[in-house]
Amino acid sequence: MSEKVFDYYLDGKTGKWEVIIGLEVHAQVSSNAKLFSSSSTKFGSEPNSQVSLVDAAMPGMLPVINKYCVEQAVKTGLGLKAKINNFSKFDRKNYFYADLPQGYQISQFKFPIVGEGKVILDMPYGTKEVGIERLHLEQDAGKSLHDQDPQNSFVDLNRSGVALMEIVGKPDLRSPEEVGQYVKKLRSIMRYLNTCDGNMDEGSLRADVNVSVRKVGSRELGTRCEIKNVNSIKFMQQAIEYEAKRQIEIIEEGGAVNQETRLFDTKKIETRSMRSKEDAHDYRYFPDPDLLPLELDQDYINNIKKSLPELPDEKKARLMNDFGLSSYDASIIISDQEISTYYEEVAKNSDYKLAANWMIVELFGILNKENKEIKDSPVSAKNLSKLINLIKDNTISGKIAKTVFEDMIKGNQDPVEIINKKGLTQQSDPKELEKIIDKIVQSNLDKVEQYKSGKDKLFGFFVGQAMKETQGKGNPKLINDILKEKLK
Amino acid sequence: MTINKATVKKISKLARIASNEQFEEFMIKDLNSILTFVEQLNELDIKNIEPLSSVVEQELFQRDDVVRIINDKEDILKNSPDKNENYFVVPKVIE
Amino acid sequence: MATIPKYTLVELVNKIKSKEISAVDVTNAYVERILKSKKLNAFISETLESALEQAKKADVINKKDGALSCAPIAVKDLFCTKNVQTTASSKILKNFIPTYESTVTSKLWDQGAILLGKLNCDEFAMGSSNETSAYGNVINPYRNNHDTLVPGGSSGGCSSAVAANLTSATVGTDTGGSIRQPAAFTGIVGLKPTYGRCSRWGIVAFASSLDQAGPMTKDVADSALMLDVISGYDEKDSTSANVKKVEFLRNLKKDIKGLKVGIPKEYIVDNMPKAIQSLWDKGIGFMKDSGAIIKNISLPHTKYALPTYYIVAPAEASSNLARYDGVKYGFRAAGKDLIEMYENTRAQGFGDEVKRRIMIGTYVLSSGYYDAYYLKAQQVRRLIKNDFDSAFNEVDTILTPTAPSSAFKIGDKTEDPISMYLNDVFTVPVNLAGLPAISLPGGLDESGLPLGLQLIGKSFDEQTILNAAYALEEKIGFQSQVKDWWM
Repeated sequence: MSEKVFDYYLDGKTGKWEVIIGLEVHAQVSSNAKLFSSSSTKFGSEPNSQVSLVDAAMPGMLPVINKYCVEQAVKTGLGLKAKINNFSKFDRKNYFYADLPQGYQISQFKFPIVGEGKVILDMPYGTKEVGIERLHLEQDAGKSLHDQDPQNSFVDLNRSGVALMEIVGKPDLRSPEEVGQYVKKLRSIMRYLNTCDGNMDEGSLRADVNVSVRKVGSRELGTRCEIKNVNSIKFMQQAIEYEAKRQIEIIEEGGAVNQETRLFDTKKIETRSMRSKEDAHDYRYFPDPDLLPLELDQDYINNIKKSLPELPDEKKARLMNDFGLSSYDASIIISDQEISTYYEEVAKNSDYKLAANWMIVELFGILNKENKEIKDSPVSAKNLSKLINLIKDNTISGKIAKTVFEDMIKGNQDPVEIINKKGLTQQSDPKELEKIIDKIVQSNLDKVEQYKSGKDKLFGFFVGQAMKETQGKGNPKLINDILKEKLK
Repeated sequence: MTINKATVKKISKLARIASNEQFEEFMIKDLNSILTFVEQLNELDIKNIEPLSSVVEQELFQRDDVVRIINDKEDILKNSPDKNENYFVVPKVIE
Repeated sequence: MATIPKYTLVELVNKIKSKEISAVDVTNAYVERILKSKKLNAFISETLESALEQAKKADVINKKDGALSCAPIAVKDLFCTKNVQTTASSKILKNFIPTYESTVTSKLWDQGAILLGKLNCDEFAMGSSNETSAYGNVINPYRNNHDTLVPGGSSGGCSSAVAANLTSATVGTDTGGSIRQPAAFTGIVGLKPTYGRCSRWGIVAFASSLDQAGPMTKDVADSALMLDVISGYDEKDSTSANVKKVEFLRNLKKDIKGLKVGIPKEYIVDNMPKAIQSLWDKGIGFMKDSGAIIKNISLPHTKYALPTYYIVAPAEASSNLARYDGVKYGFRAAGKDLIEMYENTRAQGFGDEVKRRIMIGTYVLSSGYYDAYYLKAQQVRRLIKNDFDSAFNEVDTILTPTAPSSAFKIGDKTEDPISMYLNDVFTVPVNLAGLPAISLPGGLDESGLPLGLQLIGKSFDEQTILNAAYALEEKIGFQSQVKDWWM
């Protein structure tokens, strides 16, 4: 792979600009019940059917924390190689909105459950380390529907109180591409740990994107704007591009960027200012008097650490070291836990590199074409493993294997059966091949002369003939070797 | 620290309480007298004192991740001044 | 029949269990008095018919078990009662019908008590005279000649109802003195348990780190019985204390020989009425007679308790009351958009004192002021608690007056909020430290109005203050002077 260099710079009228991006990612914890109440977190239920008295902020209601959500936050923190804080507190973030029944959100301000950590990205120009500032637990808000009625909004509190992990990243990202990789990596880590399903369509993962710009070479940070609640990587990337250009234009015309909160309009592909949130910036944080501090002892944290599955970075290192995969191939395999599980199943009994190759090229080709996930793969790991072994032991050639594969995807057929049914077993008997090749040589003596006198390209002709004679089943390597001998 | 009209207006916006001349006048008077009263605390040297946010000396109880349903949609919507079969209904936010 | 409402709760329960009197007779006796006592305005909602039905059923099936077997009890309208209107004495919760029952009141009904109705109080428990209720003032059953007096607050409906024998006992809430001061003003016993002793689940929250439910009763034994019933760990309240249950009534005793009683010098305030000082001296004398050892102690930060309280309580309240926005329940005003709806709802739905406290609370938490006010108050709070912790190394209980005056005339202190706040000077430090305290009637002042004595205890040591109060109560021999002038 060619050595690429980072090159996301925007050309302004006055020179080159770089873009500084920091993300605040909100990830819903995959728990059964909510963070401070026992109602269900299931997505897509009838409106207001998963709302407890606590979620609706009825008079006299009190929060009780869900221990599983605490564990998931600790797990995620460990996955981010972050410091787990033995002492943390819950604070109230006070503001008014129809989807916030308490008139405050229970969050963590001064003492979050997780401290500094980092995430490593594989970029085409090398690895990039992105710093994590902190991770804290907080309540999600409900949903307001504004398009059902001309005068009114409708409020659904099903989501009110669901546990969110807010992952605050340092402003280390420098391009929409890096942002995409960052979000994918976070998502992958949390899916490996089973702490968040990362399902952006269902709102399990969304981000507030902080964007600022500065002239290349400058060390100071420019004024940033926050683009709130972006729920797909594509939108994040579009929003960043638009916002960066907008800011550059303002500065180059002599103006100054206002620090403000903006929304991304997914239809117009532009960001615009959110007027109504202007005055709500004074959140009057104070420790929630209905809760006690969260104290986690080191044994608790160590037990969770011991129980962690292998994380993407570790798995990648192991695939490269123990399985001899290239960095590129390993990255693809680990990108999703289900993919890596499938791979390890295949590689358990067959050649590592062939397994990687076949998955990445052939299997993914089919999955992409049919828009399927690996869990719906038309070919089981066991059968793919069998196919690879058949190639490895020369029963069939790689080329024939491709045709076998085409049959395998129709109902996960066993490759051995296909080969037997269609008689595709490779012709690897050297004596037989020699016989066939002798015949070809004899029938093409003129071409043999031409080859011997320098027309190297004619070698392919002989190979082709041998393949034809063997109906494609000839062992290519043997054919090659025998021909070389015969045409010396 | 004295409270003036601008402060009262700002605080009432944060607290979402509509204010008018009369409200502002009596708030200025009362809030200033309360603030004067509490200013006594400045007499104390509290530099290294740890703030007390709870008198309870106990570990935070953590409950199991089990769904428990003790009320239904009807119970939740019942007391709302404006609702339909499925939602709370509120006037729109003017963005 | 006329004597029934005069029985103490303990006497009443025993007579019901022994079938000396029927549940129906008891309930009827109370219902009669309630119907004749509207002038006191102690009740916001009455559930008299359903009370009689329950009593009838209990007699028929002969179900007289439970520690409060068929005792008719009204509760402060701050406790959410299932299917019974709960207003917190506010317009903003008018017609709010909870679909759930608070933990404390559940325990009352589980032990056989019967709900008579919901008692008036200061709006959202904010007040010391029951003059901020949206449902009108409550009148003290004690009069000064013909002046109508406040019953104290915020649990004014409770104190008035117990003193006027409109309920066999009640539960109120105490955030800065709201059980003890009204008890003192009406000559009854009011107990604020240790913070965390009783669950706050289902109680309309005012100031979460200070609020505590507690019994208001005719005498100390009743208080112990009620505390037995309403105390207990509740998983649904994260601030509920996971401590062993104690049998307060069973362990109640008058023998306090050797008990070390602290007298804090900082409670001798300027302009303390003579009657209060002599009441205190009398109390000290009685303690000595009972064999207690009197010690002078110091609680140096006492004078800073009120200003601390008036930062911490409104701050927490400003956040706790943010949920009253007209969306999910209660009163909603019109508004052209969401913000205007909120602003009008809260301006019209809340009374002046509540608005005052929300505004101050919002201010002290706001950007730029948090450190100067709220944080500082939290630090002073620790100093106040430390004072008590030190004192309790030397003594077992602390004896003080409950209030700096007897009940005052309605309207006397409503002009200046600070003069009203000063009512809580002796009670507030206790809430800040989270300690238990009991007020019992110590005597009358020169106008014939009751005065209260307060006993403060160590954390979770309600038994000691109950015992000391029990001993003191016998020595004092207080008799109710309430005449049914309003009937």
